[in-house]
Amino acid sequence: MTTTTNQRPLVRAESVHKHFGDLEVLRGISLDVSRGEVVCLLGPSGSGKSTFLRCINHLEQVNAGRIWVGDEVIGYRQQGDRLHELNHRAIARQRRRIGMVFQKFNLFPHMTALENVIEGPVGVQGVPKAQAVARAKTLLTRVGLGNKENAYPRQLSGGQQQRVAIARALAMEPELMLFDEPTSALDPELVGEVLDVMKDLAQTGLTMIVVTHEIGFAREVADRVAFMDGGEILEIGPPSQVLGDPQHPRTRSFLSRVL
Amino acid sequence: MANRPGLRDGGSQTVNRPVEPAVEAELLTLPRKRYGELAGALAVLAVLAWLAMSLANAAIDWGVVRDHLTVDVLLRGLGTTIILTIVAMVLGVILGVVVAVMRLSHSPVTSTVGWLYVWVFRGTPVYLQLLAWFNIALIFPYLQIPGIWGARTVDVVTPFVAAAIGLGLNQGAYTSEVVRAGILSVDEGQTEAAYAIGMTRLRTMRRIVLPQAMRVILPPIGNETIGMLKTTSLASAIGVSEILSEAQHIYFVNNRIMELLIVCAVWYLAAVSLLSVVQFYLERHFAKGSSSRSLPDTPVQRLRKAITSGKQARR
Repeated sequence: MTTTTNQRPLVRAESVHKHFGDLEVLRGISLDVSRGEVVCLLGPSGSGKSTFLRCINHLEQVNAGRIWVGDEVIGYRQQGDRLHELNHRAIARQRRRIGMVFQKFNLFPHMTALENVIEGPVGVQGVPKAQAVARAKTLLTRVGLGNKENAYPRQLSGGQQQRVAIARALAMEPELMLFDEPTSALDPELVGEVLDVMKDLAQTGLTMIVVTHEIGFAREVADRVAFMDGGEILEIGPPSQVLGDPQHPRTRSFLSRVL
Repeated sequence: MANRPGLRDGGSQTVNRPVEPAVEAELLTLPRKRYGELAGALAVLAVLAWLAMSLANAAIDWGVVRDHLTVDVLLRGLGTTIILTIVAMVLGVILGVVVAVMRLSHSPVTSTVGWLYVWVFRGTPVYLQLLAWFNIALIFPYLQIPGIWGARTVDVVTPFVAAAIGLGLNQGAYTSEVVRAGILSVDEGQTEAAYAIGMTRLRTMRRIVLPQAMRVILPPIGNETIGMLKTTSLASAIGVSEILSEAQHIYFVNNRIMELLIVCAVWYLAAVSLLSVVQFYLERHFAKGSSSRSLPDTPVQRLRKAITSGKQARR
């Protein structure tokens, strides 16, 4: 890795706008995320944080603005001052560098834990099966599920399913991981096991953008915390600053309600 | 049973009072007597016995039935019936999947074309469609791909081909609705998760959506395959020698109408039973990972369990 790529942010969002019909969900989000950084997006529901996350791997199309991941604009090709949406195949290729973990896990229910994890490497990247299986076993062990490789998702608890989902995303060896409220659908006693796995990942230097309501996790793990409301980032900075000494009144009122 | 813990508490209190040891464990339970059920069963058996006696005394020559079961012409007719069923269903399912995907497409042209196909082929009697394909040479006497291939329509569209096309296209219209329902039954999160690991749309459909949709799709398809097996008898109207028309040819000569119809019924039932077995195993295959933790047992597994549990009981 050359120093120039290190200096350049891995993710750069430039004035991203998104509306669903008349409803403006994102009103000009700009955000740089450096390689190895963990950024947590906080905010009330409906603030646009999940939508913004989904724009980063083009599960939602942006209406204006650009999102760079590495040296590519996600989902579009620029010609003059217009952005033309890429074809599905090109977008699929871009998504291979970006892992995503969903609120509802979305494991493939007809496949075992191991099959879920190798589906991407074998089916999409063309990794030889034996190699993918070996790596998948390592990943499942890393998320604490080395003994569950033959279990179907239905046979696993929510926390276990989410950890398989994390392993599935990691199997693609992504440069960037997106977490969309990964613990919101979990029973309270299962939240910890998923957050622990995420903490480990953060320590390995993986670049992560995490939409979450877990203030404690944000405080402990995030390099920066962004507070979003009404489709805008109102405040961004180190957790000690945003969580410890919030400047914006809406950040203060939000934190007073959740803490 | 909300009052269980209460009962148990009561039990522990009696233990606290050192009066009598717990003899409750020795009390046996007996199921309630089912006199009504017994009476009903007896009545049904009586009706069955009466039916069996009437059939035995009816003017059916069972010897003729037995002799005709394995007549060459009928077996060949049965073969035609089965092959026609398979060809029409394969055509129908392929068309069904394609049209279902077309109807779910974002492109209004594609989805409208899909809708039109269903409208035409589901909206007219299959009998009419068979007659139309059989007579297609009247409006298209020659078929050709310019410069590559050409032939007289009557040479290409034989009665069997006309029947296969007619039944298959009609089936495709119904199957597309079944497949569409199946695809819609798969959670959208599945598609998103597949896209998120970089799958293309085609691969997502093939690896993620359709295998899950199969659980919804298979039972009605099984139903329709059984329906198709019987609907092939309509093909006799355009000169396909399937089993029922062959039976008719025989009974027009020997006048053993009921006997030959029974022979056909026996073969249809046998074929349908075979299809049900195939359906059972297919459904079992696609039930992988679904709600019940264990798959339904195959007959072999059930037999094995019955034997082993019998052994345990004897011990």
